[in-house]
Amino acid sequence: MSSIIDLILGFLSEHIDALILLAKIGLIVNGLLMAAAYLVYFERKISAWAHNRIGPNRVGPLGLFQSFADVFKLYLKEDIIPTLADKKFHFIAPIISIGVAMAVYAVIPFGDSFMVGNKEIFLSVAPGINIGLLFVLSMSSVGVYGITLAGWSSNNKYSLLGGLRSAAQMISYELSMGLSLIGVLMLAGSLDLTTIVHAQSGGKWNIFLQPLAFIIFLVASFAETNRTPFDLPEAEPELVGGYHTEYSGMKFGLFFLAEYANMVTASAMMVLLFLGGWEMPGLYEALGLPAGSPLIAAVQFGVFVAKLVPILFFFIWVRWSLPRFRYDQLMNLGWKVMLPLALANIVITGIVMTILKHYGIM
Amino acid sequence: MEQDFLLSAPITFLSIMATILMVVDALIKKSSKITFTLSWLTLGITGVLAAWTLKHNGTAFNGMITVGSFGAFFDILFCMGALLTLIAARPYMQRENLEHDEFHSLILFAVSGMMIMAHANSLLILFIGIEIMSVCFYILSGYMRSSVRSVEASLKYFLLGAFATGFLVYGMALIYGATGSFDYNQIFMAAQHELRFPSLMMIGIGLLLIGLSFKAAAFPFHQWAPDVYQGAPTVVTAFMSTAGKIAAFSAFMPIVAIVSPADTEMKIQIILAIISAATMLVGNISALTQTNIKRMLAYSSVAHAGYLMMGLVAISAHHARGVSGILYYLSAYLFMQLGAFVIVSILERSGEKNLEIEDYAGLSKRHPVLAALMTIFMLSLAGIPPFAGFFGKYYLFTAAIESGYTWLTIIAVISSIISVYFYIGLIVKMYFTEPNESGESTQQLPGIASITLAVSAVAVVFLGLMPAGLLDVIKLLFGN
Amino acid sequence: MSTTVILFTILSIGAIASGISLVTRRNPVSAAMSLIVHFFMLAGLYLTLQAQFVAIIQILVYAGAIMVLVIFVIMLLNLGKEENLTEKFSMRTTLALALGGLFVVQFLTAFLGKKTGMNALPEKSMSIGTTEGIGNVLFTQYLFPFEAISLLLLAAIVGSILLAKRKHEAS
Repeated sequence: MSSIIDLILGFLSEHIDALILLAKIGLIVNGLLMAAAYLVYFERKISAWAHNRIGPNRVGPLGLFQSFADVFKLYLKEDIIPTLADKKFHFIAPIISIGVAMAVYAVIPFGDSFMVGNKEIFLSVAPGINIGLLFVLSMSSVGVYGITLAGWSSNNKYSLLGGLRSAAQMISYELSMGLSLIGVLMLAGSLDLTTIVHAQSGGKWNIFLQPLAFIIFLVASFAETNRTPFDLPEAEPELVGGYHTEYSGMKFGLFFLAEYANMVTASAMMVLLFLGGWEMPGLYEALGLPAGSPLIAAVQFGVFVAKLVPILFFFIWVRWSLPRFRYDQLMNLGWKVMLPLALANIVITGIVMTILKHYGIM
Repeated sequence: MEQDFLLSAPITFLSIMATILMVVDALIKKSSKITFTLSWLTLGITGVLAAWTLKHNGTAFNGMITVGSFGAFFDILFCMGALLTLIAARPYMQRENLEHDEFHSLILFAVSGMMIMAHANSLLILFIGIEIMSVCFYILSGYMRSSVRSVEASLKYFLLGAFATGFLVYGMALIYGATGSFDYNQIFMAAQHELRFPSLMMIGIGLLLIGLSFKAAAFPFHQWAPDVYQGAPTVVTAFMSTAGKIAAFSAFMPIVAIVSPADTEMKIQIILAIISAATMLVGNISALTQTNIKRMLAYSSVAHAGYLMMGLVAISAHHARGVSGILYYLSAYLFMQLGAFVIVSILERSGEKNLEIEDYAGLSKRHPVLAALMTIFMLSLAGIPPFAGFFGKYYLFTAAIESGYTWLTIIAVISSIISVYFYIGLIVKMYFTEPNESGESTQQLPGIASITLAVSAVAVVFLGLMPAGLLDVIKLLFGN
Repeated sequence: MSTTVILFTILSIGAIASGISLVTRRNPVSAAMSLIVHFFMLAGLYLTLQAQFVAIIQILVYAGAIMVLVIFVIMLLNLGKEENLTEKFSMRTTLALALGGLFVVQFLTAFLGKKTGMNALPEKSMSIGTTEGIGNVLFTQYLFPFEAISLLLLAAIVGSILLAKRKHEAS
């Protein structure tokens, strides 16, 4: 009997790294799904608040289990595939959407590493990737295939229009989104998200140093996540349901979850890149905990979440306050306002940095 | 770094000005006058800068480009060609109701591409230069958007050009694989020793030659030339067929020179000689049957590429006369071909009228001066003394003979004799035929295009009467 | 077998398979999607060569931007019908296959039996593929081509706008 336990323990200690990795992946995937589910709940509560209603209040206390009930319902619903749809792509599209939304979290760090015994544990799945930021951007650019393919494969003209709109919109705003980040990169000198967060320590948050970039990134994030006022791919009055008109059951649910997961991603990126991530000047010194202890990591995670929630609230708040753009307005804003501003931001940052370096301030 | 910018001043200045010109275009309404002034000033200053860098031989930007004699000589030719084209284009564009807007900046972009080609010291730079020039040409040939032919020319040129670029890039990649470098000097060094993959090198060179032959409109990659030259606006054709061809040869010459050490079995030399012979025969024989003047001139430009390739054969045989021969011929060719096309553009009427050779009947009665100038250009193109074309051919032919290619020279002489038939045929048409009744009388004056004509004609006569002047300059710069 | 070899095998088989699928699919969207998969495989191959930056740019630019536009155009043209793309086995196909085969043979003769002596990655290539490495080379040694390419892109943009814009009212 004891030999079996030894065997298991031996196996565990031999593969401890892989096990930790699996645990982290499991935590993040489930945590993200929970977060997305509860975002839906909050969205409904906040919309109710904006409409002077009560919102979901039947399932569980304060309606807290409403999202679970919704997901359960979606699982039980019939999965309808239109006869003339391209079945293969109709099936793949929601998988791409949710898969890409999840994949981004491979590189997002939630705090500094901490030590357990003499083992360093990182608060991200793939720590120290020196192209982390580019990975996030590239995944968000691949995410458009989910929506575009969904629109095309449904063989429905509303869906197709939604898919086309999303392709054009995402390409247009990706540019300004990427360019707005170059100022941040110039300040941090790295594409590694942890390094970028560390560069903002001591209150040197990029939102103060790069205000223009933050605004551009914020607006572009709304467009990239297809949220109002940029939700043209699923504009209900014109396109029925847009790209997911022909989806039902859990496939529709996956699109729904992907949208909220993307929202969390965008907010997390804003926290990491502009709001100093888990940095909070003075807090960790005041706590007096030794560096590398798990408690510090827990506090850091708490700070991270505390910064994340207001931005998520902002996303929802905007949705229930602002009307939708017209398509030409959307394109004009993207190409004629945001892109030149993002470019100007790079030039200004470069000039200011050169001057400051010249006088030895930086 | 400052030194780099100083020595590459012609390229950098022109590129920056082209960009500024584009912005001016976008910001100021009715800007054609301003952009015209700006662009000819730019071209003039660039020419002066190039003349200043003539004696400063060396490389710049980490050996990416060469500066000094070779590049600067071509810079001056390009600026001259572009300047003459711009002047001739102004009345033409007004007559054809074409928008000036981007024309000037596109011409300047094209010139900067050509200059980059001529200065290239690395296959990478060569590729970028060729692409800048070609992209501008694709657009310029489709500049008359209301004309089906122009759009067709643009599309045809683009598709075939993109195809040729594929060959070019593939060739470059293989040469890189064989020698481990894009740098001309290093390729030259590597080619002198035994290569690890000699067949890779040969395939690469072959593909590179195909790509460049396309840009120079040499047989069998000349098919695009007549259609594109005919469809494009005539002034654009004038620019493409002169400056574009000069640029192609400015790229061709160093390439042939650096790969020649790898050519131990003389394969490249023979191939070049065969291409050369075929190009001039095909060009001249096809020109015989043309009824459209632009097509005729297009085929004649193909034939001239053939003559020029004799110089490449000489270079490949390590004969110095090849370089000076090509340089002289290109200078002469610039003026005679440009002049001929500008006359065509003056006589052309909107809707592609007056472009048949028949329409030139009795031109001497209606426009004695234009007819006389056309005669000069035709005689020069045919290679009849005392005009510039004759001496150009003479130098190329002797270079080929001295490199041991007598058979090539005989073919060149035969094809020259063929070419006399259609060049003189046009002169006969102009002087000894009664005007066509249906042909509308053309009373439009050439306007400032006459400057272009005057300069070209004077240059053709001057280069022909005193070839020693230019040759001395070339000798001084390139040491024979 | 090292991890690199295993990865290389998997990725290259994937790349070849998606490449074949790209040219054999009748449905244009399927073909485009195969190309995207192919790009991902290539990105993976770049990663095994320690070229992270190139790998991610391959996904960001080719898979994420260019192919979206390709799909966009396919959808706009609505080339849904398979008949549009059917092509009989013709002289041209035969010729293309023959030439392609010839090319393969040529390469095999060029490479076979000659060791390149490059089984392991050279030390230098470890730093070249990083963003810093590429940035350093791009803005020093390759400054001129970098700027020249910007000129090329500018000319191309001007041209495409020129050819696509509306005609002037008066003329």
